[in-house]
Amino acid sequence: MNYETVVGLEIHSELSTVTKMYCGCATSFGSEPNIHCCPVCLAMPGALPVLNKTAVEFAIKAGLAMNCAITRSGKQDRKNYFYPDLPKAYQISQLDTPLCVGGYIDITVGDEVKRIRINRIHIEEDAGKLLHEAGGGTLVDFNRGGTPLIEIVTEPDIRSSEEARLFLESVKAILEYIEVSDCKMEQGSLRCDVNVSVRPAGQTEFGTRTEMKNVNSFRSAVRAIDFESKRQIEELEYGGTIVQETRKWNDDKGESYPMRGKEEAQDYRYFPDPDLVQIVVDDEMLERIKSSLPELPDARKARYVGDYGLTRYDAEQITNSRCLADFFEKAVSGGVSPKAVGNWIIGDISKILNEKSMEAGDIPFLPEQLAKLVTLIEEGVISNTAGKKVLDELFENPRDPELIVKEKGLVQISDEGALKAVVVQIIDANPQSVADYKAGKEKAVTFLVGQTMRATKGQGNPQMLNKLIKEELDSR
Amino acid sequence: MNYYDLTAHEIHDLLVGKEATSEEITKSVITRIDSVDDKVEAYLARTSEAAIEAAKRVDAKITRGERIGALEGVPMAFKDNLCTNGVKTTCSSRMLETFVPFYDAFVVKKVNEGGSPVLGKLNMDEFAMGSSTENSYFQKTRNPYDLQKVPGGSSGGSAAAVSAGSAVFTLGSDTGGSIRQPASFCGVVGMKPTYGLVSRFGCIAFASSLDQIGPLTKDVTDCANVLNTIVGHDPADSTSLNVSKVDYTKALVNDVKGLKIGVATDYLQDGVNDEVKAAVLAALDVFRSLGATVGEYTMKAAKYALPAYYIISGAEASSNLARFDGIRYGHRTESFDNLKELYENSRSEGFGDEVKRRIMVGTYALSSGYYDAYYKKAQKVRTVICNDFKEQFEKYDFIVTPTTMATAFTFGEKTGSPLEMYLNDLCTVSVNIAGLPGISIPCGFDGGGMPIGLQIIGRTLGEEMVLRAAYTFEQNTQFHKHRAIIGEKEGRSV
Ligand SMILES: [Zn+2]
Repeated sequence: MNYETVVGLEIHSELSTVTKMYCGCATSFGSEPNIHCCPVCLAMPGALPVLNKTAVEFAIKAGLAMNCAITRSGKQDRKNYFYPDLPKAYQISQLDTPLCVGGYIDITVGDEVKRIRINRIHIEEDAGKLLHEAGGGTLVDFNRGGTPLIEIVTEPDIRSSEEARLFLESVKAILEYIEVSDCKMEQGSLRCDVNVSVRPAGQTEFGTRTEMKNVNSFRSAVRAIDFESKRQIEELEYGGTIVQETRKWNDDKGESYPMRGKEEAQDYRYFPDPDLVQIVVDDEMLERIKSSLPELPDARKARYVGDYGLTRYDAEQITNSRCLADFFEKAVSGGVSPKAVGNWIIGDISKILNEKSMEAGDIPFLPEQLAKLVTLIEEGVISNTAGKKVLDELFENPRDPELIVKEKGLVQISDEGALKAVVVQIIDANPQSVADYKAGKEKAVTFLVGQTMRATKGQGNPQMLNKLIKEELDSR
Repeated sequence: MNYYDLTAHEIHDLLVGKEATSEEITKSVITRIDSVDDKVEAYLARTSEAAIEAAKRVDAKITRGERIGALEGVPMAFKDNLCTNGVKTTCSSRMLETFVPFYDAFVVKKVNEGGSPVLGKLNMDEFAMGSSTENSYFQKTRNPYDLQKVPGGSSGGSAAAVSAGSAVFTLGSDTGGSIRQPASFCGVVGMKPTYGLVSRFGCIAFASSLDQIGPLTKDVTDCANVLNTIVGHDPADSTSLNVSKVDYTKALVNDVKGLKIGVATDYLQDGVNDEVKAAVLAALDVFRSLGATVGEYTMKAAKYALPAYYIISGAEASSNLARFDGIRYGHRTESFDNLKELYENSRSEGFGDEVKRRIMVGTYALSSGYYDAYYKKAQKVRTVICNDFKEQFEKYDFIVTPTTMATAFTFGEKTGSPLEMYLNDLCTVSVNIAGLPGISIPCGFDGGGMPIGLQIIGRTLGEEMVLRAAYTFEQNTQFHKHRAIIGEKEGRSV
């Protein structure tokens, strides 16, 4: 039987506000433990929360960018549970008046545009971090505790792990564009819970769903969905049933397992937080946030296809990262071929970033330097191959590409006289190749081009060499 | 004349007139504490040296010819749920037996800025839950008018200290009557301001939507002066009101002519003590004789106020007190093998019975399946009560009830029945539920010489009307001049 996988996502993203959600402490990573703490975020007796207005504005910005309606008068609720990383023993969240409701994001699956609906976006605070010690003890670091989060909840509109990945990338791109989150998954600023169910193809009712927690990267989201849908299908194929449960994803083992009943059957006893007042979003505030929205990924994508002639796919590759897109636009602003710049960005630059586990924001050289590199190739000063060497050098020790070309002796030899001399010399030394060529073996030319390139230390203009070798062979 | 018997405004006059120094006055009160507190047991911690130092600073200021504020140099003390930087703040709980805050409550900061020497921290019912201060983990505070009787609660230490002359004024907190009821039992003035008028920052929370800090004083003038000192917008408390500042002493006008008084008759029928009823009716006659008119009404949802209060306050407490988990501060059990045991044992050992009872009630009321039947319904009652008050205040300028249905009771009399103990709050809880200002002032004594309190309730931010009514009553009666004689049943006049 054919099955369809149905996925819903709950995405938690840390907001990049300067201070925490309910106190004046800095939100920052990599500090000594418990440096960014105060009576409020340590839940000392008598301390009271005061809502960070910027966090509310950031959440509204996200909602508007994802086409949501904004709740004009909302409350905050306490979600009560005991855990050492949660100092108040309740998390301030939003139960039934999320700031943003009913939006969507369009993703491109193959050639088709697909709409993934968003049920809600609400604000809540992050917990601290437990540090388990080798000796068996556990310490708590509250630096992260109280960092503002938004939780984006989708409708069950996603039908495959690939769609989930595309959606997550879109979310990440939008949050980056509107500058409300740095979306660094390794640092835990973007995390998600994944709801998966399967149903026989054609069936309209949903199957029983399970929820997977602890999914901390796009890659693990894809793996977790694939694992879970396969597990459910096998279960059904063998006549079993799916139990509605919460499962924990183990990324090292590549599998999920059910969380113990106790972990799962929590009664959070939500109720409105009496220490906080209504969040009121007035017209002025809403208009101000609306007008602060920058060009979003979709609009930029369309512009790249229309103005720069990029393919939709290429445009999406670039616009998925605001940094990359900004880099691209700066590089092409001087008039070099957008297509060529795009190819470098999607190709070698992305590859190197990946290898080095760097983000687009970490590119060490300037967009103008990439533009120069492209120009040098277009003008025939250096070969494409030499261009790659220049790029490597730009990553290692960024400086003017022209200087690199000079220092490394990468200038292409296009002097016909000089090349001709090399060609004659090589052909003289390889009589067998001449014989092969005369016998109709075109491959001999490739071999000879290689030999001449070696002789010119890769600096010979390959097109010219090709031409000169053929001429010389034909003349013999 | 003993300095410790004086009111704050009397002391202020002495200081300004250079008839006494703050050091003399502070030392007089400290000596008073030394001599009576082994009987009254109002104090949990004392900071006498710091108080004398503060007094000397005020005296130096006076010597330099500088002006001093109304409470400057007037020694006072705090209820022990108000955080004091560097001074133990226990909430009378084993849970916080060794807890020393590194920050001041907003009101503590205000009082310090106002220049009052701080004498120490005062006993209370554990986490402000109770009506007799018998729920303190540490000690029993006794009623200065009769050491066999309770001082009321939960601000029992704050009321007893003022009544005993062990502090000129004190601050307490009032969640369902915790300032007014002990003020009534101990024959002093106690006021709960409008919700949000005084910042709750640094007041260890019992029930966030009901808690409010207020003064306990020897008369209404002092009450107005203390209110002037502690009121003000605090950005650190989201529920703090941002209203323009009022000088409450301007409301101290001896005139109620033409004012309309509403009497909630619900508290003058079944269950009220005859002597209490007589005193309240006599008080109404005083107001009538001064030109006010009195109308009677019955409260809507009167019988639901108390249950609604215990559900809402319990629900909020169950969550507010969850932070006491033995992880970061406070009591941690010695015996645990895992996290669950750490939580369970620390909390079981750290909290007393009444606190546990309220946490359980509140947890139950918020539990899935019961939320609608309890918490949500209680919130509906809250709305009904708020609207009822609003309606009454369209007709009346202020409302009068007894503060309590009876005078102070004997130790142990009600500890066996939590429900009977809860009835102590009957007249006072609706004021917290509606967030209104309410004051209790002395209005008589029963046959045993125990004080009786009159409650005056005002509309939202109607502090001035409440103070005016209370002041007028005071100016036309002598009850506020009574002082307790420790160890003797009869009080005395000064
Ligand atoms: Zn903080």
